[in-house]
Amino acid sequence: MKALCWHGKNDIRYDTVPDPEIEHPRDAIINVSSCAICGSDLHLYDHFIPAMESGDVVGHEFMGEVMEVGSETKTLKVGDRVVVPFTISCGECDQCRRGNFSVCERSNRNKPLADKMFGHGGAGLFGYSHLTGGYAGGQAEYVRVPFADTTHIKVPSTLTDEQVLFLGDIFPTGWQAAVACDIEPTDTVAIWGAGPVGQFCVRSAVLLGAKQVIMIDNVPERLSMAEAGGAITINFDEESVLSRLQSLTQGKGPEKCIDAVGLEAHTPRSIDSVYDRVKQAMMLESDRAHVLREMIYVCRPAGVLSIPGVYGGLVDKIPVGALMNKGLTVRTGQTHVKRWTDDLLERIEEGQIDPSFVITHTADLSQGPEMYNTFRDKQDGCVKVVLKP
Amino acid sequence: MKGSDHLAQGLGWFGIGLGLWKLFEAKRTTRALGLEGCESLVRLCGARDVATGIGSLTVNPKPVLWARVAGDALDLAALATALRDKHNPQRDNLQLAVAMVGATTAVDLYVAQAQTRRHGYQSGVTPDYSHRSGFPKGLEAARGAARDFETPGHMKASLPSPASSPGPRTQTGKPNSPISG
Repeated sequence: MKALCWHGKNDIRYDTVPDPEIEHPRDAIINVSSCAICGSDLHLYDHFIPAMESGDVVGHEFMGEVMEVGSETKTLKVGDRVVVPFTISCGECDQCRRGNFSVCERSNRNKPLADKMFGHGGAGLFGYSHLTGGYAGGQAEYVRVPFADTTHIKVPSTLTDEQVLFLGDIFPTGWQAAVACDIEPTDTVAIWGAGPVGQFCVRSAVLLGAKQVIMIDNVPERLSMAEAGGAITINFDEESVLSRLQSLTQGKGPEKCIDAVGLEAHTPRSIDSVYDRVKQAMMLESDRAHVLREMIYVCRPAGVLSIPGVYGGLVDKIPVGALMNKGLTVRTGQTHVKRWTDDLLERIEEGQIDPSFVITHTADLSQGPEMYNTFRDKQDGCVKVVLKP
Repeated sequence: MKGSDHLAQGLGWFGIGLGLWKLFEAKRTTRALGLEGCESLVRLCGARDVATGIGSLTVNPKPVLWARVAGDALDLAALATALRDKHNPQRDNLQLAVAMVGATTAVDLYVAQAQTRRHGYQSGVTPDYSHRSGFPKGLEAARGAARDFETPGHMKASLPSPASSPGPRTQTGKPNSPISG
């Protein structure tokens, strides 16, 4: 079959690889109809995530039709149309029973490696390094889905791929980030990063009834998309984030802050970003944490910091004194996708939201390597790429 | 990676090497150019080259590359001034240095321009996404449409605003009274 494979930094290729096979009775094989490039795939592309191996099939946002099931996969049958959550969950361990699917205790087959890195590793993920199980990803014609009887979302034929594809990751990720803020009708929610996850954070915060939602970025078309979704926008190239947030909140700061940027913050004009870049280039630090620092600084005391943005390793100069003395609550983690998807699918069916608004580029899977470049460099107004195998 | 990415990285490592040479071999450099007494200036240039070299290795080296071009212009101006001294015994070396810095400037300029284009998403025509609300029933209908959603208990804000969240999460069950003077 054909698939997009990682071969090193900035090197994704459209390769021929062996077809996947059922390896376990709870597996299923999916014939992929649509897949997408996620912002966190760019962390692989820029090689900030360790434990990738040349030839690994990438991609963790995908959907399609079930073409084969293992003998114990009773909840799926051949022909079912499913979206696959990016977090693989067994559905039976202590964490899965609590709904903490992204920290499933059984699905990461390289858990000892992840445990060494993080103390206790999380769930297995598709196409996201050997630290998370080394599972082949979904930017391919076919994918093997482990624990398929619990790792799927059945979707009706009345909705298009474009309307439901993002149930596998970015929609529930934005939703979880907003829910973690426990939004109240008087709240100002400030969101850093107008990429696809940030866009869903805006829509989720609006749906959950925030008084005002503020988006901070410097890419004009992404800011305009956020504004269309109900956000007040701050272009950090043109104005001071701190001053504007102060004026929008009567000098008190936003109650709730969301970091939808993660480890590759691009803010060339701030001193701490220069510091991060130098330390990162000298391999003394892995992640650039400008957004985290700014959120801690601007957030209203007793507020909440919600962090859906991906971090991979170590950061430096976190103002922990401000974090502690302001009594901030920090909530973060990979998304417990399945916890939210029944509700979100209903909202799509009811017409509350149509996630396809975020798609700006659709291309054949074979064009994947150049679409990675387009997405990474934000060329041609690119916000979200959907690929068709 | 694109060609200009490789070139930027090459310039980065070249700058770090040259900068370290200037920092630690300032005397030999000034002697070779007939500029004895200017060691501090050479070391300063060395530190600048190391800093811009490291910057050139980063994901978006555009601003640093333009800083390198500015640095090259300063170096060329300094060398041209030194060349005006007809009694400098090392004029041949100075001329060679001018040629080398000139060539480096040309490469820096080319790579800076290429990287400006590569990271130039903020220039040009901005696509119009102002119609992409994502709310089929309109933005106003969407505001608060999911207010009925029940936040899981462990995700409730630890210290919610008492004005907006009286009830079971405050000790008294009443919102705080404003402080009167």
